[in-house]
Formats: sequence, structure tokens, C-alpha cells
Amino acid sequence: MRSIANYINDIFAGLRTLLSGMALTGKYFFHPKEIITQQYPENRATLKMFERFRGEVVLTHNEDNEHRCTGCSACEVACPNGSIEIISKKELIDEKPKKVIDKFVYHLSMCTFCNLCILSCPTDAIIMSQDFEHAVFDRSKLTKVLNKEGSKLMEGVR
Amino acid sequence: MNIYDFTGLTQSIHESLSNSLSPTMVTVVEFTIVALIFMTFFTFLGLVLVYAERKVAAFFQLRLGPMRVGFWGTAQTIADAVKLVMKEPLVTKNADKFLFNLAPFIVIISTIMALGAMPFAKGLHALDFDIGILYVAAVSSLGVIGILIAGWSSDNKYSLIGAMRSGAQLVSYELSVGLSLLTIVVLAGSLQFSEIIASQEAGWWIFRGHIPAFIAFVIFMIAGTAETNRGPFDLAEAESELTAGFHTEYSGLKFSFFFLAEFVNMFIIAGIGATVFFGGWMPFHIGDWSGFNRVMDFIPGIFWFFGKVTFIIFMMMWFKWTFPRLRIDQVLTLEWKYLLPINLVNLLLMAFIVLMGWHF
Repeated sequence: MRSIANYINDIFAGLRTLLSGMALTGKYFFHPKEIITQQYPENRATLKMFERFRGEVVLTHNEDNEHRCTGCSACEVACPNGSIEIISKKELIDEKPKKVIDKFVYHLSMCTFCNLCILSCPTDAIIMSQDFEHAVFDRSKLTKVLNKEGSKLMEGVR
Repeated sequence: MNIYDFTGLTQSIHESLSNSLSPTMVTVVEFTIVALIFMTFFTFLGLVLVYAERKVAAFFQLRLGPMRVGFWGTAQTIADAVKLVMKEPLVTKNADKFLFNLAPFIVIISTIMALGAMPFAKGLHALDFDIGILYVAAVSSLGVIGILIAGWSSDNKYSLIGAMRSGAQLVSYELSVGLSLLTIVVLAGSLQFSEIIASQEAGWWIFRGHIPAFIAFVIFMIAGTAETNRGPFDLAEAESELTAGFHTEYSGLKFSFFFLAEFVNMFIIAGIGATVFFGGWMPFHIGDWSGFNRVMDFIPGIFWFFGKVTFIIFMMMWFKWTFPRLRIDQVLTLEWKYLLPINLVNLLLMAFIVLMGWHF
């Protein structure tokens, strides 16, 4: 008797799980607004990548052309495949020689977008941007200097 | 009652041909016309169903599906068809050449033979045998011979395993399809499609047959999906285990024959379901509401038929894109331990209801 009850219970339990699955896919079908496909080249002007997307490393500058990089090379050490090179120089500030960056070289062609450089930066100077259109005709264009011409260290960052 | 009747049209074609030709020639010409119509319909159906399948699948998975070729990708299947026709028809080195080339034709012939018995509208019916359901059940299961031949002659272990699975599955589920249709045949009292439809003038059997009719419909949907080798039952071409199953070695036009036959088989199962459970081209009527019934009568029967078929095909696509694939032992357990006993009890119950005259 128990086995017959189990048999019938099995059938109804099975039907219930099947129907709950169909309810979910049915909800998807009748809510076309939730579609996540992007019609990329057509919607290029309006396409907005989501915040966590890792496009490329950028050094943020404010409107006075100041950045937050102290040249500590923590990102260069953290990078597993050597796509960051910090070239620093000594500069006299307040009569004292101080280390500042000359060039923040970033090899996009070697970057795996692992995010370790951003995590290791003590002054939050670099971030990942959402720009993903990296195609160029010459490989040398993938080696970028991230600090802008004539930029200097922001006040108070050490 | 029904204001859209194609009997007059077919009669007048027959008479005008008889006036100018000998009886033999009339038969030949009529056969040719019917054959041409069905070939065209077959191809058209394949193109539309492949597009529908891809779009429906995409919407179930929060995608858009084909969008580039034509408006909303409507010309996508035509582009696919052109690509398939232009491909090279390869034959493997150790294949049995004759059987290898024969197999797609057996599959496609069985499909077209079953398609011939579909009642599209009143009078628009190529084959109306008095054993229509038996004929469709017999002819649609001929296709498995083609699948077995394809698997055997390809000289490929995956093809053979796929074909054997397909054979085991089809032999099992044919039983459930037959029994669930018999449940309604008991109600209708006839195996002929036109009479089954005529018996549903007062209301469709799924509403009039109480719960047994609904159970029969659910079983028919499950077994019908299994019989077309689709959805959660696509073991014959389980791509993760058997590359593509029985049609692994086929390419070009011969592959497209298998592909088209699968989609048209889906239409046939949906057509039988619509005819037997939902009254074919019969409009939707509610008891004594003569005004409502009059409005429903104005919608031509062919739209009713295709509307019902579309609904059932949509249900089958819903199954396919929701449920995970079953293992072969689960497939056979489902049929022999669950569907068949339920079906037999259900048939008995329905026979009892009809005997006591409890149905509406």
C-alpha cells in the first residue's frame, strides 16, 4: 500500500517540478524587456557596458591634469605577466629630491585583465575602464603611456 | 453551420478536369496537383518552423535569436537552405552506399505520407480513410526504419548507438501515443478524422471528456514529443555524447532531409493532437451563446486548425527549452513504469464513462 502511495506521490512531485521549471521559462518568454542581447554595431552610440567590466587600465586625471600615482611600483610587482612598467625620475620638490613617475607604460597586448594591479594600488590611482574597442592596425599602438603630458602628482597624496 | 467549405472548390476542379481529360489522366493530373501542393507545403513548413524554433528558443533564453538576415532575421532560414543545398554530399569510405543514400528518402516519404492525412479545413483533406488514425500511427513510425538504416549504413559507432536508441524509444512511445488517441476514439466512436471532427461540433473532446481526456492529452504531449525525437527526449542525437547521433555522417541536402523531417513530424504530431483533442478546424463554441458562436463561425476553419497546431507546437518548444535531457534508462522507465499503466487505467476509466453516458 505504501509503495502505491509513493508511486502516486512521485508522479505529482515530478509534475510540480516540471511545471515550476516551465513557469520560469514562460516568464522569460513573456518578458522580452529582460533580453540581455545587445545589437552591438547598431547601438554603439547608446551602448553602456556594466560597471564591473574590465576593458583596460587607465590612470585617472582630474581637471587640473593631476594624477594620484606616486610611482611606488606596487602594480608593476603585482602584475603576473609584466604588462606594466613604471619609469620614475628624481625631481626637486621643496629643495628635496623626490621620486616621481616619468612614464607609466602599459602593454595592453600582454594584459589579461586580472585586476591585480588595481587591487594592489595603495593610492587608488588606476582603475579599469569599460572601453572595449581595442582593435588597431599596428601592434605598437597597444603599448600606451598612461600619464598625460605635463601631469603631476595630486596634492596630499603620498 | 460551417460557412467555409472547400468541398465545392475541389469538386469543381475535378469536374472541369473530367470534361477535357480521360478518367486515367484526371487521376494522374489530380495526383500531380496534390503532390506539388504537399511538396511546396512541406518546404514552406520546414522554413517557417526552423525560424520559429530559433526565435522561440532565443526568447526562452533571454536572447534575440537571428536578427541580421532580413527584417528580424526572417530570411535566415532561406539563407541556411541555400547554404545546405550548396554543400558537398559526402559519403564515408566504408559506408553502405545504397542504404546510406536511401535512408533520408525513407524518412522524408514517411513524413509526407503522414502529412497527407491532415485535415486542414472542411473539404481540404487529401486522404480521409475510415481508419485515419491507424494509418497515421502506422506511417509515421515507418520513419524509424530510415533512422535505423542511416545509423547502420554510416559505419560509425555513434550513428549506430543513436539509431538504436531512437528505435527503442520510438517503439516504446508509439504505444502511449496510440493508447492516448484510443481514449478519445472511444468517445468519438470512429477512427476517421473527418468523423472525429464532426463529433466535436458541440464542443471539443478535451472539455467534454472530463479529467480522463485531459490526462490523455498530457500523455499524448509527452509521448508525441518523444516520438519526434525532440526536446528532453533527443537521445538519438544527444550532441554531448554522440556528436549528432544517426545523422553524424550526413551533409548537405541529405542532412537537410532529416532535419526537415524532424520539424514536419512535429507539425504532424501537433496536427493529430489538434484534430483529436481540440476539434481540428471546428470553431470554439460555448453552449447556448448563439451570438458568440456565430462570431466564432466567421473565422475560417483553416485558421482554427493552424491556430491550434501553433499552440501545440509552442508547447512542444516550451518543453524542449525548459527540461534537461533524460538518460536512456530514464526514458524507458518513464514509458513502461509510468505512462503505460496510467494510460491503461485512463482508457478503462474513459470506457466506463462512455458506457454510463456521463460525458457531456
